[in-house]
Amino acid sequence: MNPPPLRRWLATPAFRALLALAFVVAIGCAFNAGGAFFHWSTHRDMLRQVSVYGILACGMTLVIISGGIDLSVGSIVGLCAVLFARETLHEGQPALAALGLVLAAGAAIGLASGTLVARFRLQPFVATLAMMVFARGLAKWVSGGQKISQAIQHPDGSFSYVDLPAIFQRLDHRILGGNLSVVTLVFLGCVLLSWLVLEKLRYGRYIYATGGNEEAARLSGVPVARTKLLAYGLSGLFGAVGGICQAVQEQQGDPEAGSTYELTAIAIAVIGGNNLMGGRGGIGLTLLGALTIGTLEKILSINAVGESSRLMLTGAIIVAAVLLQRRRAG
Amino acid sequence: MADRLLALRRIGKLFGPNRVLDGVSVDLNEGEVHILAGENGAGKTTLIKILAGIHTDYEGTIELRGRPVRFATPHEANRAGISVIHQELSLIDTMSVMDNISLGREPALGGGVWLDRRGQEDRALALCRRLSLDFSAADLARPVGQFPLSIKNLVEIAKALAFDARILVMDEPTSALSRAEVDRLFTLIEALRARGCGIIYITHKMEEIYRVADRITVLRDGRWVGTAPADDCPEPKLIQWMIGRELALQSRQRARAPGEAGRAALEIRGFRVPHPVPGRPAAISDFSVSVQAGEVVGIAGLQGSGGTELFQGLFGAYGAVCGGSVMINGKPFRPESPARSIGSGLSYLTADRKGSGLVAAMSVEHNVTLASLPRVSPGGVLRPRLERASAARQAAALNIRLTSLDQPAGTLSGGNQQKVVLAKWLETRPAVLLLEEPTRGVDIGAKSEIYSLMRQWTSAGMAILLISSELPELLLLSDRILALHRGAVTGEFRRDEATPERILAAAMGSPEGQGEACA
Repeated sequence: MNPPPLRRWLATPAFRALLALAFVVAIGCAFNAGGAFFHWSTHRDMLRQVSVYGILACGMTLVIISGGIDLSVGSIVGLCAVLFARETLHEGQPALAALGLVLAAGAAIGLASGTLVARFRLQPFVATLAMMVFARGLAKWVSGGQKISQAIQHPDGSFSYVDLPAIFQRLDHRILGGNLSVVTLVFLGCVLLSWLVLEKLRYGRYIYATGGNEEAARLSGVPVARTKLLAYGLSGLFGAVGGICQAVQEQQGDPEAGSTYELTAIAIAVIGGNNLMGGRGGIGLTLLGALTIGTLEKILSINAVGESSRLMLTGAIIVAAVLLQRRRAG
Repeated sequence: MADRLLALRRIGKLFGPNRVLDGVSVDLNEGEVHILAGENGAGKTTLIKILAGIHTDYEGTIELRGRPVRFATPHEANRAGISVIHQELSLIDTMSVMDNISLGREPALGGGVWLDRRGQEDRALALCRRLSLDFSAADLARPVGQFPLSIKNLVEIAKALAFDARILVMDEPTSALSRAEVDRLFTLIEALRARGCGIIYITHKMEEIYRVADRITVLRDGRWVGTAPADDCPEPKLIQWMIGRELALQSRQRARAPGEAGRAALEIRGFRVPHPVPGRPAAISDFSVSVQAGEVVGIAGLQGSGGTELFQGLFGAYGAVCGGSVMINGKPFRPESPARSIGSGLSYLTADRKGSGLVAAMSVEHNVTLASLPRVSPGGVLRPRLERASAARQAAALNIRLTSLDQPAGTLSGGNQQKVVLAKWLETRPAVLLLEEPTRGVDIGAKSEIYSLMRQWTSAGMAILLISSELPELLLLSDRILALHRGAVTGEFRRDEATPERILAAAMGSPEGQGEACA
């Protein structure tokens, strides 16, 4: 009656996510842009470029499994990028103090979304849509609508320049003989943290139960409201980490940074096989999803595909990859 | 000899590598009620879904009045005169009763573009009159979601009949109906039979089988076991067909004689649950009971009598809104939240397994430990070995049939799903267990297992409050039975004085049975 173990494994979401990745890699091998696809440096750059999206996707995964969605993370990237740039470049704060402040700000925005969802029972889409708009406004208010860079404009119109603090180089840097970017490590750290929460902690189980059947969870004594607060709070925190990485890569704080990143983060989670209905999925799937999206983008860029075709192809390939993963009916 | 309406010939079906149906043949005559029986997982629902055009890749043939047909969509099956009332209702809660009834074939004007509102209303009203559903035009315009489950069930039937179906399939239509509503449904079935409709009827309830059946077909493990006229198929034979063995006789002998035990595990005085809508009469106005350790107290009540509200209130699902005094094992207890109740030794199995019991996407193991997670995660960190041990112990104790503790709980059969939810509550080591419809949607084999488990638990000292809409079940399991009517106790019976008639009369509001609880 029961399928053999191999067949069962072939039906798992993890295998299907791997299949989607293999599919994209195969495309890369076919269109290798004169062998560029076979160089590690191509993949190293891919990993660096996908890292900020991947970091956001970690938080998105937690929220999606809890049965929600977080549209505010792109705006949190913008807010935290300008906050970080202002504190380090203009205010001259020590790096650790700036990091602490920015992470706290991101977590606070996430907790605010969580409060709207858990206590005031707003639909996650609506609550985080409002937070997305609000946080973008906050980013512009903090920065005065300007990019915050090394150039400081004085009231008399003259400019002076500040040195880039060491934290910028330290985070936007490569290790292991130039083979791995630090932001990629930060991304993998976020994956690890999410994995620990989801798989090892009681609260991780609460996240799955809440997303799977909220009423059953509540009646089983699961603190549903606190669980949602945690998921959105962590999503905000990861948004702040993404904002910091964005700022060090751009060497400035752009209040427009991170626009539409929330959509890429959702795409990564979905292409990995996480179910938007909540209750199932995992961070490993999100990692595979990030690699799939990153590789895809890289293939399109090394083949010098124009932006218009690139967007259309990306949309088509997302659909293809998700169809590939869909379980057969029954 | 009545005309043959329908013949299913050698139907087979695979889900992936799993064979769920194997060469099943069933036929249906005009004016016949044909019972399809079998344990959960026997393949009844799959067979119905093939007939309804939901599953389209199957083996074998379907003949409609001698002509082979093959439905590609549910709509095609509908147009051919086959209507199915599924276990899970197919109503859209946010749409009005009227729109639901005519969904998919709204009467249209102007070449099919504009809805004919007036015609739609007239037809729906006529239909409801035929079903003796006293809906006004205003009721028809209300969203279905505002009505209780029992009314929804009748709306679902109205929807099926709006198709002028010749063949009607009912998949456990009475599982959420009160006794009076069941009677109404059976009157309707009689009328349909007289008009020459053929009805395929799936049920787990013995009394229903023998009330309506002309013929009975039994499936087991996806195979046809036998077909017989109802008169030639007495209960023992039917049960043997269904489970493939003689069922151990249900013993009424209990481990503990009533009144013998010592301490009261649960003591409730003057309990009051307010109505969710302020200003309406309380859902439970004044409820008192004392349940001894090892005792089962049954609560009989028709739909809407307040049993669910009583349990939800006691368990703290409404928060700290209830009045009166409650003691658990001699300690004062105030319902506040499910978490607090679990900690105080109270557990609550809800009637709605899918909606509020099982987390279908989670594994069996994670479901079993869900309500007792703090014990397997000291310091907030899960201990896989502790968790596995808990789940394995419960799976063995409750004889849950599964491939692996890691398989999603939703993939188990109904009876085993129910055992998983029971296991979850047992893992909390309750002193008092509130059971609401513990055998709803559960096959006969699992039912008798659940009965003997309950006996095991009570002999270990657990106290049980039991709500069941099946009187035989209440009579079998309870030491005492309370009748609940409109939120108040209207009768209390010791086991030796309880008869179905007396309980029902009290549950309907008077010893003479003059009134009737409304849904």
